[in-house]
Order: sequence, then structure tokens, then C-alpha cells
Amino acid sequence: MTEQMSSKSAAAIDRAKAQGRAALIGYLPAGYPDIQSSIDAGIAMARNGADLIEIGIPYSDPVMDGSVIQAATTEAIANGFHVASVFDVVAGITAATDAAVLVMTYWNPVMRMGVDEFSRRLAEAGGAGLITPDLIPDEAAEWFAASDKYGLDRVFLVAPSSTPERLAMTVEASRGFVYAVSIMGVTGARQSVSSAAEKVVADTHAAGAERVCVGLGVSTADHVREIAAYADGVIVGTALVAAIRDGGVDAVAQLTKNLSAGLGRATAQA
Amino acid sequence: MVDASTANSDENVADAFLQGGTSLRNAAGPYFGSYGGRWMPESLIAALDEVEDTFEKAKADPEFLAQLKDLNKNYSGRPSLLTEAKRFSEHAGGARIFLKREDLNHTGSHKINNVLGQALLAKRMGKTRVIAETGAGQHGVASATAAALLGLECVVYMGAEDCRRQALNVARMQLLGATVVPVTNGSQTLKDAINDALRDWVSNVDNTHYLLGTAAGAHPFPAMVRFFHEVIGEEARAQILEQTGKLPDAVCACIGGGSNAIGIFHSFLDDASVKIYGFEAGGEGVETGRHAAAITLGRPGVLHGARSYLMQDEDGQTIESHSISAGLDYPSVGPEHSYLADIGRVTYEPITDTEAMEAFRLLCRTEGIIPAIESSHALAGAIKVGKQLTEGKENPADTIIIVNLSGRGDKDVETAAEWFDMLDENGNVKGTTLSTRKPKGTSERSNLEISTEEANGGRN
Repeated sequence: MTEQMSSKSAAAIDRAKAQGRAALIGYLPAGYPDIQSSIDAGIAMARNGADLIEIGIPYSDPVMDGSVIQAATTEAIANGFHVASVFDVVAGITAATDAAVLVMTYWNPVMRMGVDEFSRRLAEAGGAGLITPDLIPDEAAEWFAASDKYGLDRVFLVAPSSTPERLAMTVEASRGFVYAVSIMGVTGARQSVSSAAEKVVADTHAAGAERVCVGLGVSTADHVREIAAYADGVIVGTALVAAIRDGGVDAVAQLTKNLSAGLGRATAQA
Repeated sequence: MVDASTANSDENVADAFLQGGTSLRNAAGPYFGSYGGRWMPESLIAALDEVEDTFEKAKADPEFLAQLKDLNKNYSGRPSLLTEAKRFSEHAGGARIFLKREDLNHTGSHKINNVLGQALLAKRMGKTRVIAETGAGQHGVASATAAALLGLECVVYMGAEDCRRQALNVARMQLLGATVVPVTNGSQTLKDAINDALRDWVSNVDNTHYLLGTAAGAHPFPAMVRFFHEVIGEEARAQILEQTGKLPDAVCACIGGGSNAIGIFHSFLDDASVKIYGFEAGGEGVETGRHAAAITLGRPGVLHGARSYLMQDEDGQTIESHSISAGLDYPSVGPEHSYLADIGRVTYEPITDTEAMEAFRLLCRTEGIIPAIESSHALAGAIKVGKQLTEGKENPADTIIIVNLSGRGDKDVETAAEWFDMLDENGNVKGTTLSTRKPKGTSERSNLEISTEEANGGRN
């Protein structure tokens, strides 16, 4: 893993590790239902036990997302979301909390703005880096240059289907942490966590990754507990999106608190 | 996003080509200039590698090639004819127009070429299930056909809007044993069907091959789909030489994703004397914003795994495309076409709905052939090209143009009847009680509900 420069994500995960636990990473899309709610919900997640916040950019063709996130991001776009607003959300959350704030985005919106320009503005907003579900290191030359220039984390994904060669290459390309996809599928709550997840994490660690976080299908404190036993961080998305949809920021705060209980400690700031 | 160095190298390629030094054929991917690649989730990379590896081995395996050739000949009915359209030609400045009759293939379009190839690959990979997207239904029907022939389970994703426009093809796929899933996300057309097919693939990749229907998407699909369609151009080239003794002056095809076009273009790419034209769907006119002219008005971006020209807004959100032809209603285009556009080897122009429908009617009445509305875009383009190339010429009949007639228009009869105002308010053919469908207001709903139920029934 590229570690010659400081990483906000790595620092946040390491703070959790120093407390003897895995990190909790909460995802919500920007602009759902509106920009201010996204900021408030991000702050609520950070104050109720989330160590890292992942803010998604609503996109017209989200092929890795299941129906709950699709519905939310479609609504955000219909409500007039513009990509540049994501920087306001990031800045709003980083101004109020210590959480590392990453942006999760499909690649075309970044390309459209210009990879360098996007990166500069993300860094200015205090963002930690990008999680890129449809960008593999093989295509990421521009992103390597920009992320180095602005000191941003590059969070690439690994999957149960990744070969040892691709695991090694992806670990080498990543900075901050590696995002292990728990299951072959798209985002969405599932009854149980795939047994494939533990193996992916072990293989990714073995390939040299210091920090591996698991996402996809994680929705309950029990899931969090199970994954926290072997991973450096646990990523929850769909369940939080459903919470803000059904109960607003308060529901996000409550769910985050419940989830963080799975990390094996009471939340400090709640 | 094309930087100066890329632009220069593209110009160099074009120069080298014009001097006869560079072949534009058989570009292997993953890149075509700065286009193509694999802008895909890591979860699918292993599957793409498996497809690529299987394809490369099959391509070099005489047994596979013999199997494919046998199916093309004895199942699809290849070679397809090259028919001179003499009466139609009179409307194109007198240039001699020849139609490459992909409409005569089994299932009624060029799509069968690709699905037979990919379905054979699916069997080689040990997959038991194929999934496909479809716009007009031609690729869905072809996929369902190949799946039935080879004993594979088949699920076809089709935009709900397209299910309505092409209800007959929905029934056709169901008759062939496929499950049709109406897609209600986004614009409910081809791009959204591809999104859902990709979501299915990532979830079921162990037993499933994604039988992508056009020369777009992530590597190896653009190069692989082209390979299976190259037979169109190979036949056309030999047939035109046999019938006229010379190469054509121009080759025309319609472009949605661009598979029929790249298939016929391929054999002529290195013939500098042959002008090549791709006709995009100009919809209601490119100035209205309601069109599908990705190359004409798009800018490079990534969608469905490839970097290519893309209709997108200032935020990089995909703009919904519009065309009277469901098969061309796609906001991007295969990456090899983007490259061929940039280096100037192929000229891409938009054809409006109106122009396409006029050409549709003209071919019906001058040649007794009902073309697909997709292919009618190529016909309309050929009329323009014919007039251009024959202008001021003493013997316009010296000018020879091949049009890829990529599909037949049976599926488009209802759309055409509406367009030409042949129906009364009950949907009956005027002056008769002959209905092309149930009365307005009931049919659209009930058709969809039936197909949704059956799709779910097939799934459960």
C-alpha cells in the first residue's frame, strides 16, 4: 500500500484500532433528501460512533447499487442535486467533526469535472479521498497523479472473485484502506454476512494491506460484530439510507449508535 | 478529455492510414486510441478475463470456428444476400445502391451472428444461464433463440418503455422460453436494461454469461462482438466485387451501440477509396436535445465499462436519449466508433426520425422490403450520400453504395402505422375494424402487466 504520505482514513482507522476495536464507516448519498440533511446526518453519524463517513455522489447509472440506494440517489438528482454540492457536504461535516470524510463516486462525474479539478476541490473541502466502485487501478493513471498531488486517499475495491495477482496490484495501488466487497452482488441489506468476506479480508491482508474494511450487505449490529472480529473496519450503507428515508437524521443517529455497539464498546460522544 | 498528445497521435494514425502504412482492421482492444478499456467494478474483472481468455482460445480453435460457420450457414441462413435496390436508387441521385440483407437472417436481423458466437462461448465456459439487454427486442429475441438452440436458461432485461413499444418481441422471447424482465429504472430504455443486466451478472457470475448485444461495454466485448459480425463485411466485400467488379464508393450503416456498423465497416476500413458513413439517431432533431446522436453531440466519458462518446450533462450524468427506433435509443456508442470518428476514417452524421421514416416508406414502396426503423436511418443516409457523390457526374450509376440493411421491419409495423397516421382513435387501421392493438389506454398497461407477471413467474 502506498503509505509515503499521511492518510486521513488510515489515521481514523488507527484511532479505532488503538481503542481495541474496528472502525465504523457510514454511507449516505449527498443531497438526499437535501444538502443540509446530508450534512446533519453525516455529523450525526460521526457523533454516534462512525469513525469515517462515506458520502456518495448520486449518479444516473449506479450499476453497483441495489434498489434502496438507487431510489435515494434518483430522488436526489430529481431534487436538483449537482455534483459540486458534494464539496459543501464534505466541508460541512469536516468542520463539525473529527471523522474522516470520503466521497464514494462512480467515475464519470469525476472525469466530467476533470480529475485534477475534482481532487483539488475535494482536498480544499477537507475530504480524505475517494472510494471508486467502477474505477480499477488499471484505468486510474489520472487519479494516481491527482491523489498524490492533493494528498487524497485512493480506496479501490477487492472482491471474492479477485485473483491473487489483482489483489496484490490493488493493495499496492490503494491508500488509506482497501474496500473488500463481502459478496458477489450489489448494495443492499441481506440476512447474513457472506462467508466469502472473511476469506477476502484474510487474502487482502496477506497481499500486504494494513487496513481492510468490509462493505455490502452489512445492516445490523450483529453483522458489525461478526465482521469486526476479522476486519479493520465495517461499512454500512443501505441500512442508513433506509433510516434517513424513514426517520430522518434522528433515525440515522439511532442506527449508528446501535451499529457501533457491535464494535464492542459504548459510543463515547453520544 | 482528449489531450493534445492523444489528438496528435490520432492524426498520425490517420496520416499513416492514408499513406497505406497502418491497418485499421482487427484492433484487438482493450483500447481504441484513448477509448475502450474496462471502467468496471472489480467484482466483474475476473469474469471479463474469463470471457476474454475463452474468446481468444476459441478464435484460434478450428473446431470452434467450424461450429460457428456451420450454425451461420445451416441455422441463420448465411451468407445473407446482397440485393441491388434499383428503384430505390433513383431517389439517391442515381447511384447504384446495394442492400446487405441482414434482415433475411434467422430472427430477422444481424443480431444472430453475435449471439450464436457468444452462446457457444458460454457453453465452453460451462455457464448454464445467459442474460441479455434489449432495446428493440431484436437482440433479446436473438439471445432467446440461441439459448433455446443450445439449451441455456435465458433472462432478458428490457426497458418498460421498450416493452410497450415492442410488445410483439416480448411475446416472441417468451415463446422461445426466455424470461423478460421489464426495467422500470431511469428512462426505462436500453441503458437502464444494461444497468440491470450488469447487476444481475455481478450477482450470478458463477453460472451466468452476460450476452451483451452490441460492440460496446468493457473489454473484450467491443472487439469480440465485432469479430462475430465481421462476416457481414467479408461477405459484402466479396459479393460487391462479384456483382460489380469493383469496391463500393461508400458503405453506410446505422449506429446505436454500433455492432452492425462495425461488422460491415471492418472489411472496408483499409480500403482508402471506400468512404464509410455511420448514421446516428437524430431523433426529433439534434437542435431539440431529443436525439441519440452520441458522436455528433456527445463528449468522451465512461458508461457501461467503456470510455467513448457519451451524451452527458455538465455533471457527468447520462442524458436520456430519444429516437423513434428503440434499437438506436442509446446515449453512448461502441468505443471503436469513437476512435474511427476522431481519426476521420468514418463520417458520423445524425438522421432524424422524419428522415428515417421517409426512407422506411420509400424502401417499402420501391423495393417491396419493409426495413427495420434502425436500418432506415442508414437508408436515409445513403440517399444523402448518393446525391452528394453523384453531384455533377455524367454517369451517376458508376457510383456504388452498400447499405447494411441490419434488420427487417415486421416489429415496427405498429410504430409505422402510427407515424403515417394509418390508425383511427381506437387503434384500428383506418376504414377497417382491423386492430394492430387494443384500444388506447388499456393496451399499454395490460401488456406490461402481463409481461411483468410472466417474468416474475418465470423467475420464482
